[in-house]
Amino acid sequence: MNEAYIYDAVRSVRGKGRKDGSLHEVTAPRLSAVILNALKSRNNLEGHAVEDVIWGNVTQVAEQGACLARTAVLASDLDESIPGVSINRFCASGLEAVNMAANQIRGGAGDAYIAGGVECMSRVPMGMDGGAIAVDPAIAIDNYFVPQGISADIIATEYGFTRDQADALAVESQRRAKAAWDDHRFDRSVITIEDINGLSILNHDEFMRPQTDMQSLGALKPSFKDMGEVMPGFDKIALMKYPHLERINHIHHAGNSSGIVDGAAAILIGNKEYGERMGLKPRARIRSTAKIGTDPTIMLTGPVPVTKKILAESGMSISDIDLFEVNEAFAAVVMRFMQAFDADPDKVNVNGGSIAMGHPLGATGAMILGTLLDELERTDKETGLATLCIGSGMGAATIIERV
Amino acid sequence: MADFFLNVDADGVAIITWDAENKSMNVLTREAFGLVEQLIDEALADDAVKGIVITSAKRDFAGGMDLNVLASIRDESGENPAQGLFDFTMNGHRILRKLERAGMDAKTNKGGKPIACAINGTCAGIGTEIALACHHRVMTDNPKSKVGLPEILLGIFPGGGGTIRFSHMVGAMAAAPVLLQGQMMAPKKALSSGLIDAVNSDPVAAAKEWVLNATDADIVKPWDKKGYKMPGGAPYHPAGFMTFVGASAMVHSNTWGVYPAAKALLSAVYEGAQVPFDTALKIEARWFTHVLMNPSSSAMIRSLFINKQALEKGANRPKVADETVKKIGVLGAGMMGAGISLVSARAGIEVVLIDQNQDAADRGKSYSESFMDKGISRKKATPEQKEHVLSLIEATTDLTSLADCDLIIEAVFEDPAVKAEMTKKVEAIIPKDAIFASNTSTLPISDLAKASVRPEQFIGIHFFSPVEKMALVEIIKGAKTGDRAVAKSLDYVRQIRKTPIVVNDERFFYANRCIIPYINSGIQMVGEGVAPALIDHAAQLLGFPVGPLQLVDETSIDLGAKIARATRAAMGDDYIDGAVDEVVFWMEEQGRLGRKSKAGFYDYDEKGKRQGYWAGLEDKYPRADDQPDLIDVQHRLLFGQVLEAVRALEEGVLEDIREGDVGAILGWGFAPWSGGPFSWLDMVGAPWAAERCDELAAKFGKRFECPALLREMADKNQSFYKRFASDAKAA
Repeated sequence: MNEAYIYDAVRSVRGKGRKDGSLHEVTAPRLSAVILNALKSRNNLEGHAVEDVIWGNVTQVAEQGACLARTAVLASDLDESIPGVSINRFCASGLEAVNMAANQIRGGAGDAYIAGGVECMSRVPMGMDGGAIAVDPAIAIDNYFVPQGISADIIATEYGFTRDQADALAVESQRRAKAAWDDHRFDRSVITIEDINGLSILNHDEFMRPQTDMQSLGALKPSFKDMGEVMPGFDKIALMKYPHLERINHIHHAGNSSGIVDGAAAILIGNKEYGERMGLKPRARIRSTAKIGTDPTIMLTGPVPVTKKILAESGMSISDIDLFEVNEAFAAVVMRFMQAFDADPDKVNVNGGSIAMGHPLGATGAMILGTLLDELERTDKETGLATLCIGSGMGAATIIERV
Repeated sequence: MADFFLNVDADGVAIITWDAENKSMNVLTREAFGLVEQLIDEALADDAVKGIVITSAKRDFAGGMDLNVLASIRDESGENPAQGLFDFTMNGHRILRKLERAGMDAKTNKGGKPIACAINGTCAGIGTEIALACHHRVMTDNPKSKVGLPEILLGIFPGGGGTIRFSHMVGAMAAAPVLLQGQMMAPKKALSSGLIDAVNSDPVAAAKEWVLNATDADIVKPWDKKGYKMPGGAPYHPAGFMTFVGASAMVHSNTWGVYPAAKALLSAVYEGAQVPFDTALKIEARWFTHVLMNPSSSAMIRSLFINKQALEKGANRPKVADETVKKIGVLGAGMMGAGISLVSARAGIEVVLIDQNQDAADRGKSYSESFMDKGISRKKATPEQKEHVLSLIEATTDLTSLADCDLIIEAVFEDPAVKAEMTKKVEAIIPKDAIFASNTSTLPISDLAKASVRPEQFIGIHFFSPVEKMALVEIIKGAKTGDRAVAKSLDYVRQIRKTPIVVNDERFFYANRCIIPYINSGIQMVGEGVAPALIDHAAQLLGFPVGPLQLVDETSIDLGAKIARATRAAMGDDYIDGAVDEVVFWMEEQGRLGRKSKAGFYDYDEKGKRQGYWAGLEDKYPRADDQPDLIDVQHRLLFGQVLEAVRALEEGVLEDIREGDVGAILGWGFAPWSGGPFSWLDMVGAPWAAERCDELAAKFGKRFECPALLREMADKNQSFYKRFASDAKAA
């Protein structure tokens, strides 16, 4: 079997995913192209330099529709002989793109791929693509559909996490992200977004609120209490599915959930010969990949079973992993992961996460994998695991090893 | 047989009159539906006809579909009943679609004849669906007339185009309450709901006038015009999306997931909103067929419609002369006595309400006053009606006022000595032919009858609380009770418009003997460390309105303890509820008597509003690490009741399984989707039920031992409704 290696990883700065966000003026194809161009120029990707661009993207309508991946290639400086494929595994799309690329390479279908993703959440809002899971009665009812925020609150209730614990995790995410930026830990990978004239539009993650403390978070109202308890009353659906629970404890709010942002990320993956041919030095081996389906109602517990699966398939144990990136979709997701594996908080999301810097859905998986690799290198550690929870009840994971 | 008649009047309006032969209420038969098509064809072809008005010659417009039709189609269709039901439904769509298109040109929408429906009285089900297919609906202004689509209450949904037509007319959001709650609406409310277009004291004249003035454009339905958009948005329109997300969640949570019809209805609306109208009707027919094929719908129709009506009409009434009650004496003006007075007076019966002192008697009467005041403030009653109700109730301490009562209902303290004394005193005053009934819920009627000099005229009439809300009345025959007492009780129940069951006299009669194991199973599990939420939720997920722990908080722990002590004393070694009593007696010691003491299995706030479960429970009975499977909890709650119903049948307490099923649903809210305990057993099959009993008995004790009758039926693979059909004349 061929091995798949990471040769480079880049990501955009993240803009607030609102109309007043700095990247709101940048189109999804262009934001994608800027990142693809960065990867091209850093690695001299001339001509048919990769087999395909696998591009994670969740809300595939409007400008993100009609196979954004191919549109992005055409909008970029990459050669037109390189095709593109958009994929959607919700919040893990960016990681799934990497995993698919790695497995294509391992299976011998091509030497190299660009994998990553984009989400311009300020321009193409979440949910704009509809989706039967929430709205088709025959599906929504039979699967006890509840929105993700309710699912996160179910996790908190089922596993006994308090509002204070969730807020403390959020404060720590902000503190770590600030420290990482101050320490220039993202410098190797972060791409400043410039306009068509080379003028800077955004050069930092603008969602961050480093001044966040327990008191400021304490003032925030729980975001999902009304839809849970009043209209349309999703808590009751949750209690029907988990009848041993007496009520749902609504602990999540805007401050301890991931931020809505615009962003893109790309990773160059190839086999050994590719690196030799291109004169590139492999940074890490993609040791294994995994995905799994889980209970769709509690929905966001996927990182636990998918991590068990990937460890078992790799013949590894949790103690073999030096660093973890567990996407901070909601505080309870990370808390559940640490609880299940008794993981050391000092090894998990050491440079902050989506709560502080934001979660551009289709891109995040590739972003956190790049962050993980940078940190393994910086601290001279060997093995890292990235995992994300996924809508409709799924989980995805990747283990990388430095070479 | 002709149920519809066509007459063309001088103005050129064809009046199609519905007048079902030999029936007081129009219900649609298969043949009559064919006749509707024939008459529509005739009127459309007749050049002298300018338009059509459909109305009824009865006091009401229509009661709905003849529900036996659906069962007979299923039975006739042999190997493939789904095909038969689907074809039948599609044929209905074809006829109503023809009516709706009214001969107009498919492309230009011109040349059709206006058709209006004059809804001259109450109109339900297919009657309303025919009206919806018309171009205009005028309803009488009589507020007593109601219109609606109540199918959902019988475990089905409007399958004659009503679901698709009405949701296309007003949008999913506005259609939802009418379709999903099945409420029958007075004309004014129906008008604001969009179900009808106009209200008029002479609906036929108004409909005629509309027909004569209607233009081509007036008779084209929005969905037959270009560019139709569903009001409020189709599912993938941003506003529609939120509506449909919410609708699924609300249907799911309101039904606890146990009513297939509500889900099917919503699917028909959702899928129907995304396709052309004729395809939408086909989708409605597919889901309608799906629901009719679900055993829950036939069980619900059988118990909640056919058999409930049969019991109300006196299916088990002895053949004796009319015993309509003229004047009733109510002994004891407590909660039950006050409620009995209220429902009697509202039925126009004179009431003498007796208590030991005048204050208590007056308080009992004031219950009726505040009830009627509430009705007035909600516009459900008038001050005149209140006056009338109050004028019928005489609150007094004077027993001689009972001298001309033909029925007495005793509702005094549950003490045999007190009751015996009252029986003797009152029998000395009332007419010799008067019937004396006790409203006891726990004391054997045959024992109470010993105080009576006329035991053949002594009977139990057991009301459920609150009297004005609960639809069931349990009539208990003592060992010596005679036919006239039974007939009198049944005639009285008919007068107060409730549903009777007649049972024989055994401990706790029928309803209570089945509720007790439900409550006890729940309490026993608390003692085992099962999460209280799991216990109550398990019951609600079976379709019980109230979980056992909540129920016992309502009925009170000390009542439970009292019953337990008495039962224990009576049963001796056979008593099986020791583990239950341990919890009950401990709760009683702690002073946690239920809602009335603002402390029970739940905590309550100052105002008596239920909060969470009492934390002290977990201190005393620590939560087991391994919580049981939901299905085991559910089966302990369910089999406790079902097996008690089987034993009641076995012991002859129940004489008719129809009463067992109807009584269970109306009396204590037994999972209505199941059609009742016997229907449920037929649904799952006696062999499976008997096997499950063995498993449950091995795991959870004697309560679940399979009764001999069920074992025998399992061995012979029999069903209750087949085996007991001949004596029960069950549908």
